[in-house]
Amino acid sequence: MAKVIIYPTNSLILSDMVERFGHEPLAMMEKIREKITTVGVDSPPLNITPEGPKHGLKYAAVEVPAGVRGRMSIIGPLIDIAEAAIIVGDASISFGCMGCARTNELTKFLIREKDIPVLEIQYPHTEEEGKAFVYNIAEFLKALPTGGDDE
Amino acid sequence: MAEAIEDNITKIVVISSDSVLPMDAAMKVYESEDAITIKETCFGTMVNGPRDAVNRVVETLRSMDRNHIFVKERGFKPGAEVRCRAGRGGGPRPGFHFLREEVSMLPMIGRALDEYDAGEPLEEKEVPQKLDVSKLKKIIDSEL
Repeated sequence: MAKVIIYPTNSLILSDMVERFGHEPLAMMEKIREKITTVGVDSPPLNITPEGPKHGLKYAAVEVPAGVRGRMSIIGPLIDIAEAAIIVGDASISFGCMGCARTNELTKFLIREKDIPVLEIQYPHTEEEGKAFVYNIAEFLKALPTGGDDE
Repeated sequence: MAEAIEDNITKIVVISSDSVLPMDAAMKVYESEDAITIKETCFGTMVNGPRDAVNRVVETLRSMDRNHIFVKERGFKPGAEVRCRAGRGGGPRPGFHFLREEVSMLPMIGRALDEYDAGEPLEEKEVPQKLDVSKLKKIIDSEL
């Protein structure tokens, strides 16, 4: 089972596909759950603290806006442990919770920089593209090592 | 230092099936003996509870129509104050637009998964390429 980071990091389709083909999706939702359910000095429901941007310094320079660093403090550790990646481009829906263009660029850059298998693909708009989208992702995921519990 | 209270997770089950209705899925969850909480939504259900129980229930739901039921984890519990519309004075909850956009693609993805499972080969189609800069320049410079 490989740890596969997905972009967009909160995608339903990608998260489902990775799980469906027997791997572990590394997605934003899981990290957010950890953030809001972990008991600490800063109690739940929101453990978003000024510490976030400081942790983000590992991934983005100090002059980068705090929002980018804060987001990177969540996404960065996921990239660190990723063993493979699926990047879907042409995501007109990268706004809202995903809505920081600079973080998105940095995320994609850091994934590409890492020496792991990466599948880059576009969101489908037609039936044909949808078919190719699923086939490419399925073949990519099947080619990844499933491995035992040797990690 | 920080410590997790218990290993409770929430999963969103999105139903894009012709044979299974969100209601059927919800009934299936109610039949479950596990101590889990569910919330019926317009796109399916949200299931919250201990990790093992949720995974078990979700697997049962998925088996109702494997290629047309999609699942992802959710960070917040159903009805969490910071996300729930009831406490925020209405309006779509954060993340709704993304989900809605992806939900509109699900019928297409479901059909493609059916075809993939059936072992139908993918026909290689020529994808239209972007126009080469030099070609574009020629077109601009050409006298009509």
